[in-house]
Amino acid sequence: MTTAIPVAAATTLRTRGRRARIIRRLGRNPLALISITVLLIAVLVAVSANWVAPDSASATDLAHTFSPPGTAGHLLGTDDLGRDILSRIMFGVRASLEVAFLAVLTSLVIGVPLGLIAGYYRGADSVISRIADVLLSFPFLILAVGLAAIRGASLSNAAVAIGIAQIPGVLRLVRSDTLRLKSLDYVAAALVDGASDRWVLLRHILPNATSVILVQATVALPAAILGEAVLSFLGLGIQPPQPSLGTMLSAAQEFAARAPWAAVFPGVAIMLLALAFNIFGDSLRDALDPKGSR
Amino acid sequence: MGRYLLSRAWQSLLTLFAVVVLVFLGIRALPGDPARALAGEDSSPSALKAIRHEYGLDRPLPVQFWKYIEQLLHGNLGVSINTGSSVDSMLATALPVTFELTALAMLIASLIGIGTGVLAAVRRGKPVEWFANGFALIGLSVPHFWLGLLAILYLSVGAGLFPASGFVSIWSSPLDNLHHIILPAVILGTGLSAVLMRQTRSAMVDALSADYVRTAKAKGLPWRTVITRHALRNSLIVVVTVAGLQLGELISGAVVTEQIFSLPGFGKLTIDSVFRRDYPVIQAVVLVTATAYIVINFLVDLLYSVIDPRVRVAGKDS
Repeated sequence: MTTAIPVAAATTLRTRGRRARIIRRLGRNPLALISITVLLIAVLVAVSANWVAPDSASATDLAHTFSPPGTAGHLLGTDDLGRDILSRIMFGVRASLEVAFLAVLTSLVIGVPLGLIAGYYRGADSVISRIADVLLSFPFLILAVGLAAIRGASLSNAAVAIGIAQIPGVLRLVRSDTLRLKSLDYVAAALVDGASDRWVLLRHILPNATSVILVQATVALPAAILGEAVLSFLGLGIQPPQPSLGTMLSAAQEFAARAPWAAVFPGVAIMLLALAFNIFGDSLRDALDPKGSR
Repeated sequence: MGRYLLSRAWQSLLTLFAVVVLVFLGIRALPGDPARALAGEDSSPSALKAIRHEYGLDRPLPVQFWKYIEQLLHGNLGVSINTGSSVDSMLATALPVTFELTALAMLIASLIGIGTGVLAAVRRGKPVEWFANGFALIGLSVPHFWLGLLAILYLSVGAGLFPASGFVSIWSSPLDNLHHIILPAVILGTGLSAVLMRQTRSAMVDALSADYVRTAKAKGLPWRTVITRHALRNSLIVVVTVAGLQLGELISGAVVTEQIFSLPGFGKLTIDSVFRRDYPVIQAVVLVTATAYIVINFLVDLLYSVIDPRVRVAGKDS
């Protein structure tokens, strides 16, 4: 009865120590710090776009179309309808993050449990892995095409298409990690001790698979951001006039020769966002790696 | 070997069957009347009836499915609502364009990706590695359709170096053809090279620290030979698999690239068919892509098992 408390305390101490070590490692990596700063700014801008943006995203001003960057009141210039590009980028970043988080959440909510089950129960594995194969044979764009054909193009359908396309990746990763963890002694010990499968999966395997899942999520987020941009650019995602970085670029195609800034800045925004996520993901993976020297 | 092949072939067939079922059900999940969707918005009642009969929509679902499979096995993918021509013939004109684009892009991606990957691994900790890693990170983060847009804006329209859009068949003028397709292929290829570079680099780093490389070095082989004949050769196993898995990216990328450069390929067919609600074409496009994906991944697995004997052994107990 008394032994339970020290064991629990030791566990929390150990996880706390591990977490502190990861944060310490991230803090020592300048690239990680820069990427975290960029991401924090992006999230802040996305959340507060209604108040921070110098202009509304859809306010047209036909007297000031194609203002070059640096024009008073329009730091990044205006587009063909005189809309402020900086403001539209801010709202576009919000849409990008929204789609990306929705998509990755979808893939995790479906992929993680399926991966756990497939890795733990041999019988379920063949069925689940076949389903993953079927999903995998639809490239995400084709999936989005099919979904847009059936349900129409929208922000949520774009997120669902990207999310579904990411399920096989999550599933395979969690499955192989579960397979690895299942063969370890402490799982066998728990089973001998009379723990139920559910208990072992949720209390012993899932927590140890978290770092793999976390790294996968940070890789999936920039991919989802690029995916949203592509879908919206093609007209399969967010629909104009709702601002999105992809639709901004697709509109700018028409007048890019006259107003190149309209075609440049939204692309830079997408790239910075994806780059920050990718660098953060890389740093996180390094920090989580127990073999890492730092 | 035989057993492994058989089980992989069986798996692929099963997946293919599931894909066909999914596409079949997808068309029937269309909002409203599928016959109206298939016939186009302003179709007469008699046309609707004909479509219903042609697709067997007036019969029970299992019978419909049987008829659908029968049509597929005859290679009949239906008739486009929009142009009235057979989907088969539309695919026949569009696919070669995409084949050329993707093959060229894959070549460029392999040259850049494997080349920089090897360089980064060999020159570990040197500026070369930093440049290569930075290049890969940016390559992973940049939206490639945006690069295409900028390339058209500055290289085609601005400098007049390349045609901004359009396509010339390789059979009518190979040189003109290359002139039209090289820029889209470079854009698509650099996009894919980032992932290839990362995989090559990590595989090469592992290989270079392996015992067999040390042995090769110790017995006095020139460094160049050790890298190309020993380390790279073993790393390529990983790279081949990744290249196979990248196929989805390649297809998605081709769709976007063709759209930007107005190349009359498979991707343009796909996007046009969605906006024109040309359901027979959409259905065919989805089916063809999924089939290509399954077949190519099966071939990659074959190649993999030919190169690496361990796969054959592992295949026995799974």
